Amino acid sequence: MIEAPAPLPAQDSTVPRGAVLRRGIRANPLLVAGAAGSALILLVALLAPLLAPFPGDAGTATHPLLVLRPPSAQHWFGTDNVGRDVCSRVLYGARISPLIAVIVLLIATVLGIPLGVMAGYFGGWLDEVIMRVTDIFLAFPPLLLALAFAAVLPTSLTTVIIAIAITWWPWYTRLIRGQAASVAGRPYIEACRALGISRWRILVRHILPNSITPLLVQISFDVGGVILTASALSFLGLGAQDPTPDWGLMVAEGQGYFTTAWWVVTFPGLAILFTAFTFNLFGDGLRDLLDPKRTFL
Amino acid sequence: MIVYAARRIALAVLVIAGVLVLTFVIARVVPGDPAATWAGPHASAAQVAAARKFLGLDRPPAVQLLSYLGGVLAGNWGVSVHTHQPVLSDIGTAAPASLELVTAALILAVLVGVPLGLVAARWPDGLLDHSIRAGAILGVSMPVFWMALILQLVFSQRLHLLPAAGEFSPGLLFTHPLARHTGADVVDALITGNWPMFGSTLTHLVLPAIVVAAYPCGLIARIVRAQVLDTIGETHVQMARALGFRERSVYGRFAMKLAWNPVAATLALVFGYSLVNTFLVEAVFDWPGLGSYAAASIAALDTPATLGVTLFIALVYVVANLVVDIVQAAIDPRIRLR
Repeated sequence: MIEAPAPLPAQDSTVPRGAVLRRGIRANPLLVAGAAGSALILLVALLAPLLAPFPGDAGTATHPLLVLRPPSAQHWFGTDNVGRDVCSRVLYGARISPLIAVIVLLIATVLGIPLGVMAGYFGGWLDEVIMRVTDIFLAFPPLLLALAFAAVLPTSLTTVIIAIAITWWPWYTRLIRGQAASVAGRPYIEACRALGISRWRILVRHILPNSITPLLVQISFDVGGVILTASALSFLGLGAQDPTPDWGLMVAEGQGYFTTAWWVVTFPGLAILFTAFTFNLFGDGLRDLLDPKRTFL
Repeated sequence: MIVYAARRIALAVLVIAGVLVLTFVIARVVPGDPAATWAGPHASAAQVAAARKFLGLDRPPAVQLLSYLGGVLAGNWGVSVHTHQPVLSDIGTAAPASLELVTAALILAVLVGVPLGLVAARWPDGLLDHSIRAGAILGVSMPVFWMALILQLVFSQRLHLLPAAGEFSPGLLFTHPLARHTGADVVDALITGNWPMFGSTLTHLVLPAIVVAAYPCGLIARIVRAQVLDTIGETHVQMARALGFRERSVYGRFAMKLAWNPVAATLALVFGYSLVNTFLVEAVFDWPGLGSYAAASIAALDTPATLGVTLFIALVYVVANLVVDIVQAAIDPRIRLR
């Protein structure tokens, strides 16, 4: 059956692309806010040693005479249970969560893309096997599987990264497999095959680049999700250990002093919320801009 | 329809088998020697060897896997290291409180999320729409463990409006003892007409339910908005408008009708997700459910209990998705013909 060509989006040819993009951005203030917030966090991560009033407090420093001081001009966010400046630790924390997210998403893409493209393009038993394996991983809520892995591995940040990455790749395999399967049926791929181009070359040069856009959008949207998952694992004591200024860990440590010293828990938690929020705003806006049809999930 | 349901069930059975294999693999990932852990730090080499034989760890992995599968199917989920009870009976004791909490949270999420999504779709790209979308994204960006602590601090420690922890005021057990039927305290108090207890359980439910509802509420608002915007231009909705129905009915009745399906699918997905979120919330509110049990098991390095809860939630998740798929196919023939 011949499919009718999809109608092209109405586009005024006299309007330059830049203007279209600008209009899209103006209609999407949330994207701009998300991009600005994300940039701010990356800046803080980069400049933490310059911004932090007490850089030493990000590590093993203790100040027995400054324990659990409320916020003041000197310690904007107060001090924690061993007298460290909470503000300095929160600023240094910006170096941890986003980094975890980047590494996790990198591993998940490196695992997920080849499997997904192969399943989608080659089809047959390979497709069946790969997809049934992803079915099993997707039968767990993501945080649960990461928790199970993290609970049996030795506690460290590396464990957090491995545990989340193992949980995350099947989503990408599934997404890119659908794209690759639809691209594989297009006439230009058939033309490539008729020209005698090898299967692997078609896969890498034609299928992959044409099926990757939705994945890129999804990845930008997942940064916030990975940050939340990682902070949850740290909160449960499965991630970073004490001197590390990890936000989730800081909330867990402050929990015991919470009724008397609210600041120890409040500021690291706000940092998690702000970071996840801005990255999610950015990913959400990006998806709207690039892929207006898929506006949810 | 029957063919579709049968295929879907067969697939779910396959997935459950895979889930069992995966949990078995995770259990065997444990660094160190489970036999040595089991035997204790002062055991002699001979005692460790005896423990290994007793635990069946000297058999080939395939045989171990088969006996694990057989055990799980027969209801033998291992013994918890920290409660010294069979894991399955621990789960049975803890599950009703968690199911109660998650159900309350999802009801709350629908009651708040659906109207918000409708309002956002009614005036798209306005200030209200942008605020609701930002709010929805804020909801899905919330570190729930932190939100739990903050709400507890503000509403019970400082404002004294709501109780801080537990399922009811323990003092009531003396004046109005609670008869156990379902294990879900709100339901038990309601069906036995125990009104003081009912009031107490409801007020204790408010804060944890709000925290667990944050994520699903944001998700539902976004889905409703997208779905309603998608269908509002369709002819049957235009027809309703042409027939003179008020805008409120056009959105709330006719356009919303097609959005209930994706909302139901999302609820099934989010049910499992929220059960996991209870791991982070229940301990804060001292809620005696699966989450508290799981958090305690993780802290005690109690692998059988941790994996038991993992397995239980994965099974709930698979079954919930299966049920929604079949119900949706029954309602909407386009799904089963796809």
